[in-house]
Amino acid sequence: MTDLYQSQRAMRNMRRAAMQRGVIAILDIGTFKIACLVLRFDGPGRLGEQDSVGPMAGQSSFRVIGAATTRSRGVRFGEIDAMPETERAVRTAVQAAQKMANVRVDHVIACFAGARPRSYGLVGECQVQDRVVSEQDVARALSACDVPDIGEGREVLHAHPVNFALDYRTGLGDPRGQVGARLACDMHMLSVDAAAVQTLLLCINRCDLEVAGIASSAYVGGIASLVEDEQELGAACIDMGGGSTGLSVFIKKHMIYAESVRIGGDHVTSDISKGLQVPLSTAERIKTRHGGVHATGMDDREMIEIGGDSGDWDKDRRSVSRAELIGIMRPRVEEILEEVRAQLDAAGFDSLPSQQIVLTGGGSQIPGLDGLAAKILGQRVRLGRPLRVQGLPQAATGPAFSGAVGLCLFAAHPQDEWWDFDIPADRYPARSLKRAVKWFKDNW
Amino acid sequence: MQPVNVFRRDPAPSRMAYRMQRLWLTPLFRVFLRHILPALIVVLVFAVYFGSAQRRAALVTQFDTLRTEIEHRPEFMVSMMSIEGASPALGDAVRAMLAIKFPQSSFDIDLEATRAKIEALDAVASADLRVVPGGVLQVTIREREAAMVWRTRDGLVLLDPTGHRVAELTDRAARAELPLIAGDGADQAVPEAQAILAAAGPLATRIRGLVRIGDRRWDVMLDRDQTILLPETDPVTAFERVIALDQSQGLLAHDIVAVDMRLPDRPVLRLSADAFAARQKAFGLKPTGAVSK
Repeated sequence: MTDLYQSQRAMRNMRRAAMQRGVIAILDIGTFKIACLVLRFDGPGRLGEQDSVGPMAGQSSFRVIGAATTRSRGVRFGEIDAMPETERAVRTAVQAAQKMANVRVDHVIACFAGARPRSYGLVGECQVQDRVVSEQDVARALSACDVPDIGEGREVLHAHPVNFALDYRTGLGDPRGQVGARLACDMHMLSVDAAAVQTLLLCINRCDLEVAGIASSAYVGGIASLVEDEQELGAACIDMGGGSTGLSVFIKKHMIYAESVRIGGDHVTSDISKGLQVPLSTAERIKTRHGGVHATGMDDREMIEIGGDSGDWDKDRRSVSRAELIGIMRPRVEEILEEVRAQLDAAGFDSLPSQQIVLTGGGSQIPGLDGLAAKILGQRVRLGRPLRVQGLPQAATGPAFSGAVGLCLFAAHPQDEWWDFDIPADRYPARSLKRAVKWFKDNW
Repeated sequence: MQPVNVFRRDPAPSRMAYRMQRLWLTPLFRVFLRHILPALIVVLVFAVYFGSAQRRAALVTQFDTLRTEIEHRPEFMVSMMSIEGASPALGDAVRAMLAIKFPQSSFDIDLEATRAKIEALDAVASADLRVVPGGVLQVTIREREAAMVWRTRDGLVLLDPTGHRVAELTDRAARAELPLIAGDGADQAVPEAQAILAAAGPLATRIRGLVRIGDRRWDVMLDRDQTILLPETDPVTAFERVIALDQSQGLLAHDIVAVDMRLPDRPVLRLSADAFAARQKAFGLKPTGAVSK
């Protein structure tokens, strides 16, 4: 645990160093595409940052100066499957973005969708030492949280203090400086497979880049595509990616739950490929150009040329109606949404005051998806696009880039995490000191 | 439809290309490669080339040859010298002194030094040298005008109005029209002497010359061995007083040897021996009196 704490702290320091240098790269490693954005930070923006969440939450302080997207390779379910392939894809994206930005980037903040995220709610409390809550008290309350057994080979990816309570007063955002005797905190912890994260870090390191931060794409997708009141009142962001569908629930501007469903757009493509007996690239093209989830009478008459290069005239001349295509796609999309529904029910999404659902990610561009989602997830569904940030090319403003844009916001203005607070003095390992004393005793 | 064996190039950069591009985007490396490295190469090439003394000497020789070739082009050659404004004797003297061998390149003639050499001659007041088109070195000389003859212990010397020596003079009669001065340091006070002579007026015909006494004052020597001793300061005024006395009373017509004006408020006359004897006799005194000399 302390090891991870140190490595996360090291990443935070790296991020600070990168901010001082003024250039940082964003790397969204997805199953379908790898996007790289190069951000330039030039001091506080025009709007300034008076409080913890400034008028633009730090968005005005950076500018996207380079953007590149490449087809992802060697990634399955948002996890790295073939490292050399992924490394090449990362290199392609980073090189193109560097070329556009005309600067060299050394620090990168990455996000990924897979690695089986699992959420935990933690509670910890401690006595306030000096009647006034100080940073140390917050740190002690956070470290007093009893960590559940997260399992073998899993690591903590995010640990956000969500809520503070001070002597029966709860719902405090920031207790520092307030007077009280007993400080309790609720923390949301997200754990992921350690091996997947380690592989990802290794892959980025092999591209001569240093990792200055790592985030879950469900989380950053939520930051980018939920508007401020949705984050405040409670909303779920469903990031429909290529290999997996991320799900994050926000309330009071904090993520309280994240999960992923390991089905995504690639499965729809493979269904089409199998059903129509076409190559995957053709299936992808047909899906993006003619795909849908609601068949109408018109769709029976709209014939789609499938094509092919088998040399068999009959096979290469096949065509299907759009209704048939929808018939292939719809069950899979329904399956994804039903899985999401099950996860939301398990998380107790019903009890949130506002139950807004925002669909984002590349998969959310299927025509008619909002209607289908409304049937499965509830009436309050909308399609979300990422926030607009300065300098972002038009090609990178679609819902497929909500992860990348969210990561920009994450880089510019990260929320407090457990490792942002210093470890309390009494928790430092006393063993090393004892050993030093013992060594002296033994030798003199 | 599609060709069967399509070779699809891997869009990913190789690790080497990726690293090279990152290196190229490093600002320090860029500055080094674009500015410092070329400068270093140029310096290195020069250093290697000029490291050998032989190559340096060859280059210098080449340069010298080129320079000589240009200097000796006919456009720059001077083939004769013409002297203007000098008497034939002076012109010959200048030619003999300079002894320039013609033809010579105009780059080799140091006009300033030559001018200084010519002006070092006493008879030359100023000289003006220029190389005029056609390869002629034109020397324009302004000679010194003799204004006085100065008798020294070694002989006669001609002086110009500033007192500068012009030439030797063997025969006084050759320049009889010039006034004569004598005495040590007389050349230093030529302007004063000229002022005195200019003030002479009616006495001009009688003046034989001026004598500088003790390098501080003038004596005016008249014919009939009469002398006017002028003071150190303001001699012209004193001389004018003598002239006025002569005009009004015929002073110098008397048998007087000297008029001493050295003390301005007390002019002294010295009589000749005969006149003195006559005066003593007329006053019924002893022939030789206690009158000061």
